[in-house]
Amino acid sequence: MSPDVAELLDCRGRRCPLPVIMLARRLPELPLGAVLRVLADDPAAAADIPAWCRLRGQEYLGATTVDATAAYDVRRVS
Amino acid sequence: MPGYLDAATAAPLHPVARQALVAALQDGWADPARPYARSRQARQLLDAARGALADMLRVRDDEISFCTSGTQAVHLAVLGGLAGRRRAGGDLVHSAVEHSAVLHAGEWHARAGSDSRTVEVPVDRSGRVDLTAFEAAVGAPGVALAALQSANHEVGTVQPVAEAARICADAGVPLYVDAAQSVPWSAEPADGWSLLSASARKWGGPPGVGVLVVRKGTRWVPPQPVDERESGRVAGPPNVPAIVAAVAALRAVRGEAQEQARRLSALVERVRTTVAATVPDVEVVGDPQRRLPHVVTFSCLYVDGEALLHALDRHGFAVSSGSACTSSTLRPSHVLAAMGVLTHGNVRVSLHRDSTEAEIDRFLAVLPGEVARLRAEAGAPAR
Repeated sequence: MSPDVAELLDCRGRRCPLPVIMLARRLPELPLGAVLRVLADDPAAAADIPAWCRLRGQEYLGATTVDATAAYDVRRVS
Repeated sequence: MPGYLDAATAAPLHPVARQALVAALQDGWADPARPYARSRQARQLLDAARGALADMLRVRDDEISFCTSGTQAVHLAVLGGLAGRRRAGGDLVHSAVEHSAVLHAGEWHARAGSDSRTVEVPVDRSGRVDLTAFEAAVGAPGVALAALQSANHEVGTVQPVAEAARICADAGVPLYVDAAQSVPWSAEPADGWSLLSASARKWGGPPGVGVLVVRKGTRWVPPQPVDERESGRVAGPPNVPAIVAAVAALRAVRGEAQEQARRLSALVERVRTTVAATVPDVEVVGDPQRRLPHVVTFSCLYVDGEALLHALDRHGFAVSSGSACTSSTLRPSHVLAAMGVLTHGNVRVSLHRDSTEAEIDRFLAVLPGEVARLRAEAGAPAR
């Protein structure tokens, strides 16, 4: 089941570590409990977004595909 | 060689290797398989080297075949091991963190058709193979060969090869061990395996010498044309001078392994603790205890790993990275991804007999500033 996505963060065309940096800058600006969907075509994002969530104590909800681009859902929990 | 911290790729040539290489170029340049005195001299050098290596690895002379690189040895071990077990099945079981040479051989094998598959076994966050999953994979029908490295080349984690060997024996599946990182430390598994490979440049031998070991009773079928050389496993004249130098170097290296392991472990520990203390948002990866004595790897959050490599190079330091942020290699390290750790901002430091405390201290002094500069340039968030 798809989570209730509050916002889409478009990181297409950005290479690592930029998608993770953009996520780290944007997520704290959302309210607690909100879900940010990160669109990223850099293959490193598949490993680095879940790892960032683990290091930062945020909730990684999983990956999906939006218009043939990988998307990663992250919930702000702290 | 101050600043060279990439021994896990290639260790600097050991002085014993240099001496032996010069001598063997003088006496061992001839083809070792011809019926005249010059040839016999080369033959004797080659036989002596093979015998000495067999003693060190506790195998028989004719179980060893020399080839032209560690990568070639891996390919021959995997593809020959699979071909030899064709009737038993077509599947290759391997850990998710094997060297890319193993994965490449697996991909090559899988092109043969739908009954030739590769089965990847996951690892935990430290990079250690999941033995429960390994047992399930090896026990499935149609498995021809299982592959497990002795220790991981990127993060230094030592694998539970003895347990894996027991699992393979119970399932009747031959085990191939990539021992490239362990042979220099006399830490290759003693038994329980059917195939093993190693690479001379990992221990300070000359580049261009790979070692393939096929134990007696192993069904191994050549995956490429062969001749009468190297027990019918590797075609073409062997590079006798390089082989002689490689084996001489290994004997010297293994003689000093205990002392170097103690010394380098202490330096690695210093890197582990100092990096964690002086660089914010850094994750030291790999098993902190069950690890190679000379490898330490860490990932710096919000840092382009290759940019960090270039910055360190400007300070005279050669390190390696599993990151793929800017290079043509689009995929980051499959090892780091399988472990679930950050793939960007990654640095592997690997030490050798010439590595000094002063050199490591200079590296540790330079690192935090470069990380901070790259973070600022990339617009990383403040903590």
